[in-house]
Amino acid sequence: MTPLLDCQRVAFNYAARDASAGAFAIRDLTFDVRAGETFGVIGPNASGKTTLVRLLSRVLVPSGGRILLEGEDVTRLGRAEVARQIAVVPQDVPSGFPHTVEELVLMGRFPRAPRRFFETEADRAAARRAMEAVGVLELRAALLDRLSGGERQRVMLARGLAQEPRLLVLDEPTAHLDLRYQAECAGLLRRLGRQRGLTIVLVSHDLVFAAELCDRLLLMAGGAAVRVGAPETVMDEAVLEAAYGCRVIVDKHPVSRRPTVHLVYPTGGD
Amino acid sequence: MSEPTPVSRARLALLLGGLGVLVIVAGLGALFIGSASVPPRDVLAVLTGRVRGVDQVVVLSLRLPRILAALLAGGALAVAGASFQALARNPLAEPSVLGVSSGAAFGVIVAQVVGLGSGLVEAVGLAACAFAGALVAGAAVYLIASRAGGLPVHTLLLAGVIVGIFFSSAITVLISVVDFDRLGGVVHWLLGNLSPIAPGSLAVFAALTALGGWLVIGAARRLNLLALGEESAQQLGVDAERLKRRIFAGAALLTSAAVAFAGPIGFVGLIVPQSLRLLLGPDNRVVIPAALLGGGAFLLVADTLARNVIAPAELSVGVITAFCGTPFFIYLLRARVANPHL
Repeated sequence: MTPLLDCQRVAFNYAARDASAGAFAIRDLTFDVRAGETFGVIGPNASGKTTLVRLLSRVLVPSGGRILLEGEDVTRLGRAEVARQIAVVPQDVPSGFPHTVEELVLMGRFPRAPRRFFETEADRAAARRAMEAVGVLELRAALLDRLSGGERQRVMLARGLAQEPRLLVLDEPTAHLDLRYQAECAGLLRRLGRQRGLTIVLVSHDLVFAAELCDRLLLMAGGAAVRVGAPETVMDEAVLEAAYGCRVIVDKHPVSRRPTVHLVYPTGGD
Repeated sequence: MSEPTPVSRARLALLLGGLGVLVIVAGLGALFIGSASVPPRDVLAVLTGRVRGVDQVVVLSLRLPRILAALLAGGALAVAGASFQALARNPLAEPSVLGVSSGAAFGVIVAQVVGLGSGLVEAVGLAACAFAGALVAGAAVYLIASRAGGLPVHTLLLAGVIVGIFFSSAITVLISVVDFDRLGGVVHWLLGNLSPIAPGSLAVFAALTALGGWLVIGAARRLNLLALGEESAQQLGVDAERLKRRIFAGAALLTSAAVAFAGPIGFVGLIVPQSLRLLLGPDNRVVIPAALLGGGAFLLVADTLARNVIAPAELSVGVITAFCGTPFFIYLLRARVANPHL
């Protein structure tokens, strides 16, 4: 069976002037994502995770290798076509203007009919379903900058769902969230993955969060794949220590029995 | 909190209909008011073609073209302001704040030094020079202010001020060097001054405003998506680079047309789109068409005031808009300091 997403020896280099903070080169990256799975991308800072998100969403074009979406080269598809298949849920981005929740979620309908000037009733219904799925329907008239970080994150997720994509890419969904919102976010992603059969790519700093939610993980370091596989195989002490350059202990979560990682803090004595 | 009304064809048509009535009322009002006292009955007689002579000249050759120029200039500047704000993702951006007006004004002065007059072909030449000036100034501001990842607000505003000062100085040099009589009325024009325009020029002005308006309004939905950043817009299927070029060209065209035919009138592009956003929300599909009509009505009212406040002398309309715009700008700046997300 063709995987939904197939990255074959993907490479990308920023020209010196374009290198913005947090974006790094990628070399010889090969992995695939199967339909219906939740796939995690983890790795230290500067490992190329953000660049990978940009490549998947066709913001950047690979300088080498191919990214195939159901066998078709992403660079051959139009931007709107990619956006109908792949929705990216970005990290919290402030808007320059006071948009309401509903206005923002409706933006997700743009790739469905880019030439249309106004949204249709069908668009509004899709936005409504998306807001309902993530539990922000009652906030639809609220201004975005009045919401908490966790609420804004769910609104961005609703915008992604309104695109009705095959693949949902989440960029650091828990970056600014406290424990309670992390728990909410995890529950929400599980529901979307299991009940709706959405394919999810979860890019995260948070190893424990990714190992808890994902069927398989890709560990990146220095722009290349270090290991791809089930959380149990990727979350290996020696592998993580080599990738992150610090001492860790891998353990099993007492409740979920999923791998979890503890940092061994330096004592300051040595 | 009230339920937001969804943006739809019907709602936009209603809004534009209302603003259209406002424009007509303001236009008729301005026809009847002026320093040369023409009784209302005589104005009506002129309009129905029953009277000729001095009254006809005053109403049809002085007041009417000036009213049309005010409507076009106000609409063009307001749409340009809304466009620059959406491009910079910053409600303080505006043609005069960004130095784009000064660049266009420099182009106009150069054209006049070369000796372009007021014929139809010359009007096109004048607008082309203004457009070139606006493009140079806008590009300079962008290059000075842009960083990887965006346009920080403080560098953008400072770059605009600096470029504006540069072009103002260049204008002063040109005016000093060239025989003053050849540039008759330039100083008056520089203050932002509407005067009756020849029909040919008015037609060019209208055509350029329509073209610029079409460039911007046609892309209004995509422009909304730019509010969360270029990358986010691209991920929703927008070609952000192409969109930015289109909007920039449209906004520069509108600014240069207004500057060429009415002078560098400040703050219209700030006051009108901002007030409309406060009333109608941030959706560019509503704000920008409304700015086209609302800006026209605003500048017409301001110009009618300017014509009559100290009659028989005249104030520059730029003075009136600056008096309204300065406190408004300070208010927005303070609100932004208090809440950087605004």
